[in-house]
Amino acid sequence: MATEAHGSESSLAFHPMDQFKPVSLFGDGTIHWYTVTNVTLWMAITVLAIVLLLVVGSRGRAMVPSKGQSIAELMYGFVYKMVEDVAGKDAIRYFPYIMTLFSFIVFANILGLLPLSFTTTSHIAVTGVLALLVFTFVTVLGFVKNGSKFLALFWISSAPLAVRPLLAVIELISYFVRPVSHSIRLAGNMMAGHAVIKVFAGFAAIAAISPVSILAITAMYGLEILVAFIQAYVFTILTCVYLKDALHPAH
Amino acid sequence: MATETHGAELATAEAGMPQLDFATFPNQIFWLLVTLVVIYFVLSKIALPRISTVLAERSGTIMNDISAAEELKLKAKEAEAAYNAALAEAKSEAQRISNETRAAIQADLDTALAKADAQIAAKAAESEKAINEIRDGAMDSVKAVAKDTAKEIVAALGSTADARTITAAVTARMKG
Repeated sequence: MATEAHGSESSLAFHPMDQFKPVSLFGDGTIHWYTVTNVTLWMAITVLAIVLLLVVGSRGRAMVPSKGQSIAELMYGFVYKMVEDVAGKDAIRYFPYIMTLFSFIVFANILGLLPLSFTTTSHIAVTGVLALLVFTFVTVLGFVKNGSKFLALFWISSAPLAVRPLLAVIELISYFVRPVSHSIRLAGNMMAGHAVIKVFAGFAAIAAISPVSILAITAMYGLEILVAFIQAYVFTILTCVYLKDALHPAH
Repeated sequence: MATETHGAELATAEAGMPQLDFATFPNQIFWLLVTLVVIYFVLSKIALPRISTVLAERSGTIMNDISAAEELKLKAKEAEAAYNAALAEAKSEAQRISNETRAAIQADLDTALAKADAQIAAKAAESEKAINEIRDGAMDSVKAVAKDTAKEIVAALGSTADARTITAAVTARMKG
């Protein structure tokens, strides 16, 4: 990315990917599975923010809500309605899981936009686990709820018999690609925006183009706030769609 | 990427994207799972039941308020109808009373007028009679005065005439 500039000109230093490096907060820097890292820190901050909004914000239980309670209720209603509309009434049972996913992703995305923060959702390790959790859960649920009828998801009865095997292969491939696209979409969006902001910030070292650079950062930042919400929304709504497929596999 | 030109201290970590550094995966996955479990318990045990209770209570309150408002509206409509009916009744009652009063007054007026007319007629007849009497009386007086005057005139002329002749003459003159 920034190779040439690095060697020739010392004032222009691009390290757009450094922000994504997990580092150990204490100790000698080796990262074991249990080491407290910046990943731990920012996930803890995410949990704290969720508790602050959804638990502390709603503590008044007021009939006429306070600002914090309104936002908490808005978020609740938003996800609840999404589950109800997309996945159906019988998917309401799984609403807490989906709410967990959504609140984690949306808060991690937004907190990642704070300067000097670490964006946990920009890592394929994180989004991959999230997507695999959804994939496994939905697949197991599909077989538990529908038994072998779940395979009707791949056997499209509305198509002519001759093309059904072909469609079944395509459907099967698309089904297994789901967790891949599901996770890479989120991590890629998060990583790309943050890296672009960092690159623009690197240009700010040159006085002549620093105003343009700052303008560009501002514009990108606005866009990234939008992306942070939209990607959390997309991840959640896709989860709902997969959930619907698991509950009602027939096309 | 930016690998070769970086300093030696960055060499290992900069060997591509940090996202693909599998050495950090167990750490991230472990903390992610911890985070998800914590969030799930916080949400499902505290936040979500609380918010859903508040929302349910609010929608219940709103429903109650709306039905109460509906009821009050109905009551207001009834009250308005009752008011209008009372108003119409009062108006017709007033109309009736005024008509009755007018008729009574008219009747009183008529009888009073008739009585007055009768009295006037009686009075007029009485007066007529009195006038006639007076006139007759006056005629008699005139006759007596004429007789006396005629007797005196005859005596002054130096002759006498008896009363019967004079009376006849006066009566004959007065008729003419």
